[in-house]
Amino acid sequence: MEVLKIATAGSVDDGKSTLIGRILYDTKSLTTDKLEAIEKTSKQRGYDYLDFSLATDGLVAEREQGITIDVAHIYFSTAKKSYIIADTPGHVEYTRNMVTGASTSQASIILIDARKGVIEQTNRHFFINNLLRVKDIVVAINKMDLVDYSEETYNKIKADFEALMSKRDYQGQKITFIPVSALKGDNVVNKTDKMPWYEGQTLLEHLEEIDKADIFNIGTPRFPVQYVIRPKTEEFHDFRGYAGKVYGGNLSVGDDIVVLPSQTKSKIKDIYFYNEEYETASRRSSVTITLEDDINVSRGDMIVKDGDLPTIDKQFTANVCWMDSNQLTAGSKYIVQHGINKVLAKVDAIHHKIHPDYSGIDTEVSGLGVNDIASITFKLNKPIFYDQFKNHRTNGSFILIDPQTNNTVGAGFIQ
Amino acid sequence: MNKDTSHINSLENEAIYIMREVAAQFEKPVLLFSGGKDSITLVRLAVKAFYPAKIPFPLMHIDTGHNFPETIEFRDRLVKELGLELIVRNVQDSIDQGKVKEETGRYSSRNQLQTTTLLDAIEEFKFDACIGGARRDEEKARAKERIFSVRDDFGQWDEKNQRPELFDMLNGDIEHGQNVRVFPISNWTELDVWSYIEKEDIEIPSIYFAHKRKVFLRDGMIWSAEDDVVYRDENEEVIEELVRFRTVGDMSCTAAVLSDAVSISKVVQEIRESTISERGARIDDKRSEAAMEKRKQQGYF
Repeated sequence: MEVLKIATAGSVDDGKSTLIGRILYDTKSLTTDKLEAIEKTSKQRGYDYLDFSLATDGLVAEREQGITIDVAHIYFSTAKKSYIIADTPGHVEYTRNMVTGASTSQASIILIDARKGVIEQTNRHFFINNLLRVKDIVVAINKMDLVDYSEETYNKIKADFEALMSKRDYQGQKITFIPVSALKGDNVVNKTDKMPWYEGQTLLEHLEEIDKADIFNIGTPRFPVQYVIRPKTEEFHDFRGYAGKVYGGNLSVGDDIVVLPSQTKSKIKDIYFYNEEYETASRRSSVTITLEDDINVSRGDMIVKDGDLPTIDKQFTANVCWMDSNQLTAGSKYIVQHGINKVLAKVDAIHHKIHPDYSGIDTEVSGLGVNDIASITFKLNKPIFYDQFKNHRTNGSFILIDPQTNNTVGAGFIQ
Repeated sequence: MNKDTSHINSLENEAIYIMREVAAQFEKPVLLFSGGKDSITLVRLAVKAFYPAKIPFPLMHIDTGHNFPETIEFRDRLVKELGLELIVRNVQDSIDQGKVKEETGRYSSRNQLQTTTLLDAIEEFKFDACIGGARRDEEKARAKERIFSVRDDFGQWDEKNQRPELFDMLNGDIEHGQNVRVFPISNWTELDVWSYIEKEDIEIPSIYFAHKRKVFLRDGMIWSAEDDVVYRDENEEVIEELVRFRTVGDMSCTAAVLSDAVSISKVVQEIRESTISERGARIDDKRSEAAMEKRKQQGYF
C-alpha cells in the first residue's frame, strides 16, 4: 500500500478542519468513541449539525478560539492508500507552519471560500506551494452550498486562480479544481447531485489517483553519512559501516564513489539493511554502506557517485522563509543545517524581499520579520555540498538555527 | 531494497533515520521502555538502526509498581537476550520520599505520578534525549507533537512555541538542562505497529492476546480484578471473560476489551475491523477533553 502526504491550506473559516473531518467521516475513519465525543460537544454548543472540525482541532486554545494554530497530523486509509494530512493553519502570522507542512507533502489542498473567492491569503498559499515545488495541487472551492451551487461562481473563482497561475515560477505543477461543500459532504468523498454541471472527480477520487512515482523529484544519489558504525566485537572486528539515508537516486554495490569533502575515491563494497545484504539501496532507504578502501569517513561527509558531484562551495544564494520574531539582518550569524550537516553562516547580502502574494519585490531591505521571504547570500565557515532546490529537493534545502536560542528560525531553498 | 516503497517500509526507514540522529546529536540519550508494544517496536527499530553494533544507549523503565506481571517478566527477558542496559526507577520511591501523593478513591491511578519520577530520573542521569513510543494518531494533542520535542528545565512542553520541522531535518540543539523527547514512530498508526510486529515476528507480552481473566465492569469498560491495584466497589461483580489488552499501561487505568484474538494475525484483523480507538480504553484521557494536553504541559510523556 502506498502512503500519500498532503498539506492543507486555507484562511480562517474556510472550513479546512471541517473538510478533513468530513473526509474522515465519509471514509469511516472516525471511531465510535471519537464520533460520540463530536456529537456530544456539537450538541452542547447548540449546533444543528455535526462539527467535524472538532476531530482535528487539538489544542485547548484552538477549541476556545475555534481556529487551528499549529500543524496537526491526521491519519486515515482507504483500501488503496494510506494518507497523512498535515493540517496547517491559514492565518497570515502562521505562514511558517504552512511552509513546514508543505515541506514533507507530495500534494496540497488549497481551500477557497466560494463566497469570498480568491483573496490575498490564496495568493500566499499558492506562492508557498510553488516555492516548495509541491507537485500536485487541488484547489477545493468550498461552501458551494452557500452560493446555491452556482457554476458561475465556480467559474469566476477558477478564472481568478488561473490568472494567478500565470505568475508562478514552477510550471510543473498539476492543478485541479473541485467544487465542494465540506459541511454537506458534496464532492468530498461522495459525488453530489447538486452540481450536475461539474463532471470531474470528487476530492478523494482525485487523491486516490495521484501517482506517487510522479511526485518525487528523482535526482542523483546523495548519501550523507549520519553515523559511523564500529561494533568492535570479535565477530565484527574490522567492520566499519556508514549509516545514512539515500536521497535522490539508488546506490549499488560496485558503484565508483567519491567521499566529500576529502574527494577520496572508492567503491561500494556492501550494502546492509540490518543483517541482510542488498545489491542496491533505493532512494529514501536507511542503510549501512561499507567501502572497498579503508578511508577516513565521518558524520557530515557525503558519499556521491564518481562524476556526479554536487556544488562544493563556501557560499550560496537561496530563497529564505524567515520564521522567527527576532529580525534577520545583514551581517548576522546563524547555523545552517543542510541535511544533517551543521555549519556556521553569515548573512552576506539580502538581495530583495519577495512579496508572497505575487505583488512584486522590495529591493530596499534592512531586515526580515517573521514570515518574510527573501533572496539571501550566505557565507559559510566551511564548504557544504549542495544542489539547486529545483534539481534536488533534499540536497537543495536547509534550515537556519539561531545559535543564541537554538531555535529553528528559517528555512531556505538554494537557487 | 529495490522495491521498498511500501507504507510500512517507509515508516521503518524514517524511524531508523531518527534513531541514528539521536545517537549522533546527543550525548546521553535513553529509550523509555514501558513493556508495551510501542516501546518493544522501538527496541526492534534501534537494533536494526545500529546493527551489527549494539544499541548505543540504555533503556529506562519508569515503574509505577502497578504493572502487569507478564510485562515485567517480558522486559527482563528482552533486555537479557539483547544484552542491553536497563535502568528502573520506581514511582513508589517518589511516593515514599513525599514528592508525590498517591491518589485515592474509585478512579485513583499512578499514571500521573510517573511524571515526577521520570523528571527526577532525567535529572539524575543527565539525559538529554528521551526516545518514546508516542504516536500522533493516538490523541488530538499528540497530533501536534514534533519528532524532536524540546522540554525546558521543568520538563514542560510549550505547545504554542514549537520548533518548525522541515523536510527530514531534525534540530537537536538545546541548552544545558533542557532535554528533547524524541518520537521515532510519530507517523505510525496503531495498525501500522501491529502490522510491523506481525511482519517482523516480534515477541510481545501475553496480555496482548486473548486470555481468560477475572474482570469487573464499570462505566462500560472492563477492568482486571486479578490484582488489588484497581479499586473495586463491593457491589461490582467479578466475572470471568475472554479478554485482551490493547494498551499496556498502568493497570489502574488500562481497561481490557473482549476478544478472541489469540495470535498476531488475529489481532491485526481485529484492529482493522475495530471501531473504538485505542485510547478509548484509557480512562486517564477521559477525565476531560483536554486531559492529554494538560498532562503533557506538565511534563508527562
